[in-house]
Order: sequence, then C-alpha cells, then structure tokens
Amino acid sequence: MAETAKSSKLKLQTSALRAYTMLGALVIIWLFFHWQTGSIFLTPRNLSNLMLQTSVTGIIAVGMLMVIISGNIDLSVGSLLALAGGISAILLTDYGYGLVPAILAAIAVGILIGFFQGFLTAYAHIPAFIVTLGGLLAWRGAIKGITQSETIPISDDTFKAIGQQYVPPSAGWVIAAIAILLVLYFSFRRAQTQKEYGLGEGNLSAQLIGALAPIAGIIIFIVVMNSYAGIPNPVLIFLAVAMFGFFITNNTTFGRYIYAIGGNADAARLSGINNRAVILAVFAILGAFTGIASLIYTARVASATPDAGTLLELDAIAACVIGGTSLMGGRGTVFGACLGALIMASLDNGMSLLNLPDFMQELIKGSILVAAVGLDMIGRK
Amino acid sequence: MNTLLEMKHITKEFPGVKALDDVNLDLFEGEFHALVGENGAGKSTLMKVLSGVYPYGTYEGEIRVEGEEKRFATIREAEEAGIAIIFQELSLVKELTVGENIFLGREPSRFGVINWTEIYHKSAELLKELNLDINPRTEVGNLGIGQQQLVEIAKALSQDAKILVLDEPTAALTESEVETLFEILRNLKKRGVGMIYISHKLDEVFRMSDRITVLRDGQTISTESTMALDKDKVIALMVGREVGDIFPETTHDFGATALEVRNLTAYDPDHPDKKLVDDVSFSVRKGEVLGIAGLMGAGRSELLTAVFGAWKGKSTGEVLVEGQKVSIRSPHDAIKSGIGFVTEDRKRYGLILDQTIMDNSTLAGLDRISGKFLTHRSREVVATKQSMESLRVKANSPMTVTGTLSGGNQQKVVLSKWLLIKPKVLFLDEPTRGIDVGAKQEIYLEINRLAKEGLAIVMVSSELPEVLGLSDRIFVLHEGKLTGQFSREEATPEKVMAAATGHA
Repeated sequence: MAETAKSSKLKLQTSALRAYTMLGALVIIWLFFHWQTGSIFLTPRNLSNLMLQTSVTGIIAVGMLMVIISGNIDLSVGSLLALAGGISAILLTDYGYGLVPAILAAIAVGILIGFFQGFLTAYAHIPAFIVTLGGLLAWRGAIKGITQSETIPISDDTFKAIGQQYVPPSAGWVIAAIAILLVLYFSFRRAQTQKEYGLGEGNLSAQLIGALAPIAGIIIFIVVMNSYAGIPNPVLIFLAVAMFGFFITNNTTFGRYIYAIGGNADAARLSGINNRAVILAVFAILGAFTGIASLIYTARVASATPDAGTLLELDAIAACVIGGTSLMGGRGTVFGACLGALIMASLDNGMSLLNLPDFMQELIKGSILVAAVGLDMIGRK
Repeated sequence: MNTLLEMKHITKEFPGVKALDDVNLDLFEGEFHALVGENGAGKSTLMKVLSGVYPYGTYEGEIRVEGEEKRFATIREAEEAGIAIIFQELSLVKELTVGENIFLGREPSRFGVINWTEIYHKSAELLKELNLDINPRTEVGNLGIGQQQLVEIAKALSQDAKILVLDEPTAALTESEVETLFEILRNLKKRGVGMIYISHKLDEVFRMSDRITVLRDGQTISTESTMALDKDKVIALMVGREVGDIFPETTHDFGATALEVRNLTAYDPDHPDKKLVDDVSFSVRKGEVLGIAGLMGAGRSELLTAVFGAWKGKSTGEVLVEGQKVSIRSPHDAIKSGIGFVTEDRKRYGLILDQTIMDNSTLAGLDRISGKFLTHRSREVVATKQSMESLRVKANSPMTVTGTLSGGNQQKVVLSKWLLIKPKVLFLDEPTRGIDVGAKQEIYLEINRLAKEGLAIVMVSSELPEVLGLSDRIFVLHEGKLTGQFSREEATPEKVMAAATGHA
C-alpha cells in the first residue's frame, strides 16, 4: 500500500511537472512583456483584455482537444464560426427573430455541421483532415454566398452584451464563493470516498491542502477582474465551457472512451466501445462550442463579417499542441489546452502592445509553436 | 572446429539495472547454438550488443569474430563483419515489395539509379533457393506473418552472413513453414554458418541445437552440449527452480452448456465468396476448457472473432448463451451477453500501451465498475488492485503505464480486463505467445482456476503441448472446416496434427 501511494504520487509529479513548466513559461512571458511594455502588461485593464482575447480561441480549443485526443482533427472551425455567427446575425436583424432563437440557431448550426462532418469521418471513413479541409472551404463559401460578402451590423444591445458587457463585481464575488464551495465540497467528497474504499485513509487534510491553490487562484482572479470592470461575459462563458470539458474528459466514461480510441482504436473497439458514435459525438461537441464561440465573436465586434474567424482553427490546434496534446491522439488535457490558448493570446497581446510589425509577430509565434513542441519531445525522452 | 565468435565478460548497464553481468558466449563454425532464458533474462540485450545496436563503449567486455577483436560502432559495421540478426519484431517495410526489402539500403545501382532488373532477378533466385513461392514484386504487407519471416531470412542470406542470429523465428510460423525454415537452417549449417537461436520453444531447441546456453537475470547460468541436457533440466536452469510439470492437474466438473455456436460461416472481407470459417458448430460447458487447434490460417481466430461480433466481413450462424439465442453484431453485444475475448497480439488488439494498468483493466467493464455515464475512480482503483493481486501482476501500482511492463504482465492486464466484465464465457486467442515460462505457468494456473470456478473457456493456441495440456476437449480446424474432435484422453499430438493438416 505504501509503495502504491508513493508511485502514484510519482506519476502525479511527472504530469504536474508538465503543468508547472507551462505555468512557468506563461509567467516568464508575462514578466517579460510587463518589463518591455513599461508596466502596462500586468494591469487589471490589460489582463481583463487578455482574458477576453483568450476566450474565443479557448472555447474552441477545448472542443478541438477532444477531437484531437480521439485521433482526428477539425480544420473547419474558423469557417464554421463565420457561418454560425452570420446565420445568427441574419435571423436577428433581417428576419426579426428574437434573441433566444438567434442564439440557439448559431449553436444548432454548429452542432449540425459537427454532426455531419463527424458522420463523414466515422461512418463514411473519409479522413477527418479531408472532410474538414473541405469544410474549411465550403462553409466559408456558404457564408459569403448568404451574405453576398457583406458585413451585417448588429444593433440589438442584449446580443451585443454577450461579448461586450461585464459581470457586476458583486455577482462576481457570488460566483467566486460558489466556485470555492464546490472546490471544498469535491475535496471533502474525494477524501470521503477514498476512505470508504480503503485508499489512503484520513487524507482529508491532504485534500484540503490540495484545494488551496485553486481557491487562491479563484480569489486572485476575481480581485483582478473586479478591479477593472468585473469578469467579462465571454470569459465567464469560456470558464464554463472549460469546466464542462474538464468534467467530460476526467469524470465520464465517454471521456475515457475518447482517450481509448485515440490510444488504440482496435483495442477500444474490441473492448466493446462504439468508436464511431464517440467520434461522431466529439465532432458534434466541437460544433456546439464553435457555435457558442461564434456568438461571442459576433457580439464583440457588433457585426457578422464573412471573413470572421479566418485561421482560427490553426490557433485552436496550436493551443492544444502547446498544451501538450499529441496530434497522434490519446494524450492531452483541458487544462493544457486552456493554458496553451492563454499563452497564444499573451503573445498576441504583448506583441501588439510593443507595436511589433505583423510579420515579426507571425515569425515569433511560429517559432515558439515549433520550439514548444520540440522541448516537449525532448522532455518525454 | 574453428571458433567463429567469442563474447567475453560482457556487462551492460542501464540506469539502475544491470541487464548483462559478465556474460560469456562462443560459437563454432557450423554450430547451432540455442540461447534460452525467461523474458528479461538478457538474451535480446546480448544480441543488440553483438549487432552494434549498442555500440562499442556502451558496454564492457570483448567481442572477437574469428579471433579478431571487433568494436562495432554501427549495425552496418556488424553486418560487414558477417553478423546478421533477425529480430523478433519484424523489420520489414510493409509498403515496399519483397525485392525492395531484401536489398533495402544496399540497392544495386549505378550513379544512384537503381537497377530494378537486378533487384528482382536476384530476389527471385534467393527465394527459389529457399523454396519459397513468393513473387518478389509482392508488397510485403500482403504476405502473412510467416512468409514475412522467411523473407527476412532471405534478406539475411543475401548479405552472406557467417553468423546468423534468429530471435524467436518460429513464433508466427505454421508447422510447414517451420519445417521449411529448419531445412534452410540445416543447409546453412552445412555451409559452415554459425547460428545463435533464441527461442522459448524447447522442442525446437532440442531438435536442432548442438549446445544450449541458459541466461538468467543477465548472467550466464550454463553452456552445455544439448546431449547432456533434458527439458526439465533446462526449464529448471531458466527459472532457477524445479517446476515439475508445467501444466496443472485438471479435474473439472462440468455444468450446463454455457455457449453454443451453430453453423458458423465467415467470409473473407476481401473475397466475399471465400469462406474462412465453413459451417462450424461447437459448444462449451461451464467449467470446461475447449481447445481449438489448427495451423495458421485454419480459421481459428476468425471463428472466435466472428462469434464475438468483431468480424469485418460477412458471417452467418447462430449463437446461444446459456440456452438463449442472442444476436451479436458488435463486441458490445458480445460483452453484454457475457462473452470476453483475450485477443491475440496484445500490443495491437489488447492494450493501450500509453495508458495505465487501471485504464486498460477497466476499459471493457467500465460501465459496470463505474457507472453508465460517470467514472468512479476509487471503485476502479479497488477493482484493478484486486485483479492485480489475484493475477499477480508485477507492477508498482495501478497507475503504472502498461507499455513499461514485461510481456507476461501485459498479458495478465489483458486477462484482467476481461475478467472484470464477469464473463460467462472467455475466449483466449494465443494466450501465452511471446511470454516467458514462469508467466506461462501462471497463466495456465489461472485458466485452470477460472474453469474450476465455472467459467466456460475456449482457447486457441498454436502450441500443441499447451492445447493438449489444458483442454478438456479439443476441436481441430483445417481450412475453415472442423476436421477432428477429441476428448482429453483420446488426444495425442499425432492425431491432432493429422487432423490439422487435413489427413485425418
């Protein structure tokens, strides 16, 4: 028993080490920009803005993560975002649909197309790369056709609020309090069940110590956000999506099946897993998340443009990969993907503050992506 | 007789492990020298030292080829010194043709332009010399594993090897392919080629070898003339203890029929009118072990796969579990009906090597052990620990990654995955392939224990002693058809072999 406890801790340490390395990299990037920008970077205003910039990529990265873990890829999300947002905007402004139907329409478009692409991949055996490469072109074409390549301005204030408003500070504290209570509750329950099953008795204190970091994180986050204007709505949505993704991948049988299929599709199938249904589902989930992201994107700029979300798929894939996801499938975490999205957004944000020319920004981002994966490969050996 | 090879005082350390500890090995001209030992004894490591995979300087000790000291820095240098190795894991490129593979890296060419005529002409000659009816323009991926192995030998021969190392060459061969191979090896012997032969199959070792070297825990335990040894002695030297009869006593009480299969026919997915399993019926009772014997390609795995709902082609027939007709269209249906399937080739079909023992063990029964939708970590840990204990899986914790385990322990993890679905019927396909004697015996004991507890077991194995030693009844397949059935008392190796070759 003692031996077991020791080695599972050891295993925890290696995966935790990766997370700490990434966090360390993020801190270094932040401090560097803070120093270079004359102490602008780490101000509540800029951090709020940074989180805002992370949210669209982050939401899609969480869905993309599941698709990649299953051993697939989705290149169509940028175009799909434009299509879903565009349809929603047209229904709202041209056809006078209400707010709720317009919102649901964007998500429904995302799910349907995700479903369709998942079907072609899982049941018609067309490689996901090809299916979604086709999607990348086709959905962009569709939205250009529908809008005749024109921008659709949005005047509905409630809709715009999705992307532009903030959660009032007092409500922010209520959310924080609920989050902290949940963290405590789950720590308590984990200790309880472990005791019940005779695994590492009486480690409630250990569980509570483990809960300190997330609680501290929540409080710092709220303090920083509230000292500007409160949590931006998109950030709240992003956090909810991330929690959902975390839950799916860690606590559901479905999540385990995704990893199993990516790890060894034959072994998974022979273990009674319906590989096709799982693959169909991950594409549909990514579609839903893309629909949600399209609402934020459209609301933030208060208009739907046919070239919205161009190259977004690559940002989302890059976020996953920087976060330690294997493109071969079977490996990756939601935490990593979110951190990856935050690192990408930090680079964008910091380099813009420094007024680096576009070409420099692209060169640097590309190099960092390759270097991050390179270091990760060395670290694995 | 001239000494071809001497390896003296070879010591090789990996961080924390001494894989080889002062090992000595020599080989004469025209000698067939068997190298035996449990998995992890150091056989493969020793051969990697010999072949330059571990270059000079990474080990201690001395290698002499025909009296001359050699310090190989690369595999190529070892090849040039006349050493050819055929590794356990096939090292052919599946997408290339037989001819391309034989001359891979040594293509006859002029100014970098490949002479294809020469490649295919010479390949055809080599294959003919080996009595192999293989077109050198065939893609290797289209050949069976047995034929691939023989192509690998053709490749070694094309390099004029003086020292040929064969690592488990017969693991995937049919009886007739084994005979072909042995014929070839006898010819090579006459030509003076020295052979180091690594195998778990002691029958072959005793049939072919002049001397036997036993390795255990990285040390040379003994090198003796084969004449002076017998199987029990060698097994005792390998495991360091007397094992007696490696098959457990069986006194099974049989219950009601657990599984009945009627008129099962499975068609080749690539040739829909070709029957790979042809109208086979069988049944197995609770507490009974039904052995299915037959040669490679006889349709044994195909039969189990079709019953299990995992067959990719068309199949027809009826399946009854405990007297109830069931419709099995996917592995999921089979599991729901209470059938478990320890598939062959654990790395390809059995395990997710990147994942932990727990992730693998609970995969098939996850919805039972946890819940339908939510996982329950503590329950999974407890279930995994219990099965690790009862199967004696040697690993630190349920969180150990399966890819780091030995073959025997990996096989136990696959077994535990299927036991955790609490099956009524368990299919075992080559349950002990490529695992060492100690682990084999543990698996045998486990099969026996499960049968005693009332599980119905259907076992496919290419190792005849295993089928004869464990089964209460034996069915023999030949070209998809049932050609013989024997009770434990009736079965003899000769009768089973006759049925398996269609001479019954």
